Amino acid sequence: MENLVKLTIDGVSVEVPAGTTVLEAAKKAGINIPTLCYLKDINQIGACRMCIVDTGARAFGAACVLPVSEGMNVKTNTPKLREARKINLELLLSNHDKRCLDCARNQKCELQQMCIDLGVEDVDKFKGKQNEYDIDDLSPSIVRNNNKCILCRRCVAACNNTQAVGVIGPMGRGFKTQIRSAWEQPLNDVACINCGQCIAACPTGALYEKDSTKAVWNLLADETKHVVVQPAPAVRAALGEEFGIPMGTSVTGKMAAALRRLGFEKVFDTDWAADLTILEEGTEFIGRLTNKGVLPLITSCSPGWIKFCETYYPDFIPNLSSCKSPHEMEGAMIKSYWAEKEGIDPKDIRVVSVMPCTAKKFEAKRPELSHNGMQDVDEVITTRELARMIKEAGIDFVNLPDEDFDPMLGESTGAGVIFGATGGVMEAALRTVYEKVTGETLKDVDFTAVRGTEGIKEATIKVGDLDVNVAVAHGTANAAKLLDSIRSGKKTYHFIEVMGCPGGCVTGGGQPIVSAQKRMECDPKALRAAALYNEDANKPSRKSHENASVMALYKDYLGEPNSHLAHELLHTHYQERPKYTK
Amino acid sequence: MPDNKEKYAKLQEVIEKRKGERGAVMPCLQEAMNIFGYVPQDVQEMIADGLGVTLSEVYGVSTFYSQFSLKPKGEHVIGVCLGTACYVKGSQKIIDRISEELKIQPGDTTDDGKFTLNATRCLGACGLAPVMMIGEEVYGRLTPDKVPEILDKYRA
Repeated sequence: MENLVKLTIDGVSVEVPAGTTVLEAAKKAGINIPTLCYLKDINQIGACRMCIVDTGARAFGAACVLPVSEGMNVKTNTPKLREARKINLELLLSNHDKRCLDCARNQKCELQQMCIDLGVEDVDKFKGKQNEYDIDDLSPSIVRNNNKCILCRRCVAACNNTQAVGVIGPMGRGFKTQIRSAWEQPLNDVACINCGQCIAACPTGALYEKDSTKAVWNLLADETKHVVVQPAPAVRAALGEEFGIPMGTSVTGKMAAALRRLGFEKVFDTDWAADLTILEEGTEFIGRLTNKGVLPLITSCSPGWIKFCETYYPDFIPNLSSCKSPHEMEGAMIKSYWAEKEGIDPKDIRVVSVMPCTAKKFEAKRPELSHNGMQDVDEVITTRELARMIKEAGIDFVNLPDEDFDPMLGESTGAGVIFGATGGVMEAALRTVYEKVTGETLKDVDFTAVRGTEGIKEATIKVGDLDVNVAVAHGTANAAKLLDSIRSGKKTYHFIEVMGCPGGCVTGGGQPIVSAQKRMECDPKALRAAALYNEDANKPSRKSHENASVMALYKDYLGEPNSHLAHELLHTHYQERPKYTK
Repeated sequence: MPDNKEKYAKLQEVIEKRKGERGAVMPCLQEAMNIFGYVPQDVQEMIADGLGVTLSEVYGVSTFYSQFSLKPKGEHVIGVCLGTACYVKGSQKIIDRISEELKIQPGDTTDDGKFTLNATRCLGACGLAPVMMIGEEVYGRLTPDKVPEILDKYRA
């Protein structure tokens, strides 16, 4: 039996389990206590003092770290508290770059929202010295503007705890405190995995993606080029949020329509290449299984995870699947197979990927992901950047009709669409591996054991006479935990899926920002994943090897999965990377 | 460099002893200061890897506390008192003169590694104001003109 505690908050009686914080209990009582440094499950340090409450104690307590106690009488809204919070906020503003109109987070900024909610009247109330920092924009993925930083440490917690990367932290002291990397190194020079979870955690405009929209606008205006686009599975599960559509609504048809209206010559779909990935990776897995190759095989779709492995767990590089990630496969096929079919010189083709991910911007620049001196993918924009382009173009997204992707490289099965959620790649692979190995038709294609938001998921799947042990991890801290258990010999698996971001791509570093308040009300990981699983369930075909256009690709061009040509175009290699640089 | 090797081995010993302890970063940095006189990047990396914490955490601690130095200190550390009494008696002029003589700003070290110049809080010898210390030696009732002569003693 759970131990329940009864307390009163602003006269409202609530009963919550012992150990609950006053902040969470207040939420239950219908009271939103203002917060800035608090981020559910990620940062609870009581540092910003915005969530102060009066419990009758000598000093105000920070509700985000204050556990409830029996008979507690909490006040959250007294003149003294309102005054104290306001002064606190005005002091934060005194050292904040208040140019909001051209800020990356304008209208999505928690600090800005707080000023509205708390009724700040004079942003210059405390005028004094202000820090002026250079903007660090050398990383291909992430920009840090410390003039917008409020030192809440949400990014530090995300980098350190959720991702076990820890390349940023507070440096210096007092007024000179800054969040950045050791030895003042730019983010591009340290072992950052480019995942962008710091951006997702940031309440202000101190962290944002490196902009690629200008490059894409330029490409679209270039009439000598064939500019084609491919959105990742997870984009459709979240893009709508940027236009006020409720979280968990998939907007696949509107997205295709919007991309077409932006002027892309062909609107393909990375889901197609996700199906292709399953054919390649599934075959690779069966090969390693039967030829006693290196096991467990670990998936390679997530570039944040790949760089994490190369840097922090290089001994697992031989376990990584040699498959390029789906959008790189799609790019490679566009510039070879499609170019040949259409009679276009690949040099005149430009491939733009729309990704839920900031690490994809880094991945697209990897020299080995190219063919004949051409990168497989030319530009990567995030879901957020696509939303900005749609707005800039004046496209009325909400009222767009549903349109289809273009044929061939735009057709997909349900297996492809679930790539965007943790467990999705594993499930898609199992559907195909099972049928390939046993020659039987799967009765139930839903492998629910690998679904859900649990950090590490395990299952044993019966494939013919074989018990296949699989594991799924999301968020690189969970991946590290899983790899440690393999290193120590405690666990053995055949097949592992890792996605770099917690929740998988649906909650990637390039997805629409979800505020701390909203994260207390719902779980974006589960809601967005549900949109993808729903789409999967409604597809006429749900197995990658039933994708007619992928099978036609093998028949007409590649021969068979893992063929010589497939290896040349669809597979890659990895390199150990240093943890520290001088 | 057998001498350096010994220093690193000594630090490694300290790290091994502190491993798994809560708040081990600071004592390790203090020991490193004692051994090396400063805490350069490779020393901080050694502490981070040895304790299983991130380099950003070690660097964060080393930049938070003023007793940790990221740069090697000079053979002779000069501390000029900028406490109230010394300041009133003109210690700023003493600092300016030393800066001029050594061609360094307060906080810096000369290129030849001989001198580090620091401005300090009250040294507790107000009766002798203005006061400075070079190493453990105290010099009082200073005038700017006395500076070159004193520095010469350490230049040899």
